[in-house]
Amino acid sequence: MIALLLRDLKLAIRAGGGFGLGLAFFLIVTILVPFSVGPQSALLATIAPGVLWLGALLACLLSLDRLLALDWEDGSLDLLATAPLPLEGVVSIKALAHWITTGLPLVLAAPVLGVLLSLPGQGYVWLVISLLLGTPALSVIGTFGAALTVGLKRGGLLLSLLVLPLYVPTLIYGAEVARRGAIGMEVETPLLMLAGITAATVALLPFASAAVLRVNLR
Amino acid sequence: MTIAAKANSVWEYANPKKFLATSERVLPFFWVTSALCVGIGLIWGFFFTPDDYKQGSTVKIIYLHVPSALMAINCWLMMLATSLIWLIRRHHVSALAARAAAPVGIVMTLIALATGAIWGQPMWGTWWAWDPRLTSFLILFLFYLGYVALWQAIDDPDTAADLTSILCLVGSVFAILSRYAVNFWNQGLHQGASVMRAGAITGTDTEEKVSNVFFYPLLFCIIGFVLLFIALVLYRTGTEIRARRMRALLARERVGG
Repeated sequence: MIALLLRDLKLAIRAGGGFGLGLAFFLIVTILVPFSVGPQSALLATIAPGVLWLGALLACLLSLDRLLALDWEDGSLDLLATAPLPLEGVVSIKALAHWITTGLPLVLAAPVLGVLLSLPGQGYVWLVISLLLGTPALSVIGTFGAALTVGLKRGGLLLSLLVLPLYVPTLIYGAEVARRGAIGMEVETPLLMLAGITAATVALLPFASAAVLRVNLR
Repeated sequence: MTIAAKANSVWEYANPKKFLATSERVLPFFWVTSALCVGIGLIWGFFFTPDDYKQGSTVKIIYLHVPSALMAINCWLMMLATSLIWLIRRHHVSALAARAAAPVGIVMTLIALATGAIWGQPMWGTWWAWDPRLTSFLILFLFYLGYVALWQAIDDPDTAADLTSILCLVGSVFAILSRYAVNFWNQGLHQGASVMRAGAITGTDTEEKVSNVFFYPLLFCIIGFVLLFIALVLYRTGTEIRARRMRALLARERVGG
């Protein structure tokens, strides 16, 4: 399992694109927002949590079609399926690798970009916590979408369409935690819901992803 | 003994031939009764009920809005059930029925959204609001779109049936999750459940309920839409079975020739 994780991480770093793509996209979105809505810091502070969450979600979405497609093309997915490691474990590791290469950099970059969007001081902690809790769910759900569309030639658009409604609850609770944190309200309810979604998806969705992948590899 | 038990089983309709024969026999009944019910309900509702004291004649959109919204949700439930049957018992008719129902569900969702917008404009002063119920329906619409797109994208029918079934299961969980998330996110303009409510029927409820004047024609419309949905799904499933048979025949001809 660790070997597979290390392999995926190495591939993501050395092949280029995978590692920086999501981060660059996140950067572009948040830098362009003030140009489109205006530089008033009060307005920016209001929308900052939502913009940061949306940027992180879209950045995750952007890198999903590379998640399994490359392994599918060169046949290593077939090898992984016949390996002693169960397919559920493979997809979990794939999701973890995706999170480390996409989600974690986003979490680390978010506070810096929060400064650019004049996020209120008390909001940083909750922004980072909500992203830290929420992005694993995005990766796991995305892996399910990638497994569904892995056999398709141009699955990118379909992947986005399938994953979009699945992302809605995570986005709602995640952005709500960040928003409430920024204006100093109590965050317990959405935070618990967000944690619940992440825990449930991490625990259960790999089974669905593996089942789907088995059908696609048949 | 076992044969007699089998003959009475509901699973014998999983045989495409038996399904086609039975559905052809009952289809005219469903077409006629659904046309009658919807016709009676709409004519009664449009011409023989008074205008609402607050909403005027716009209240009559209810006769299309409520039944279509109801069927949009029930259609997904039916797809969930048939998907489960396909995954567990591998009956092809079941998978094809789910496939046949999805476009009907899309149309029902669209009707509900469109009539809702037309109703919302004079009542709330806006075509669209990010109200929980409206938002949930938009999300449901996205689920339907993704489901149908996945069916369209995959060539092998069994693979497509498997993948869409699992998507339907996962999607159902997330649809319910979205419903509660959206409720949490915004308190809405839309009125609560006011047609079918246990409290409203037994009279223990003090909240508003649709008046009987509007309720009886609405009941006709709802029954009519249910029958119409059954008729459409049976008809479309029959078409799917025949299309698949035709493909098999063509493939056999190619191999033979």
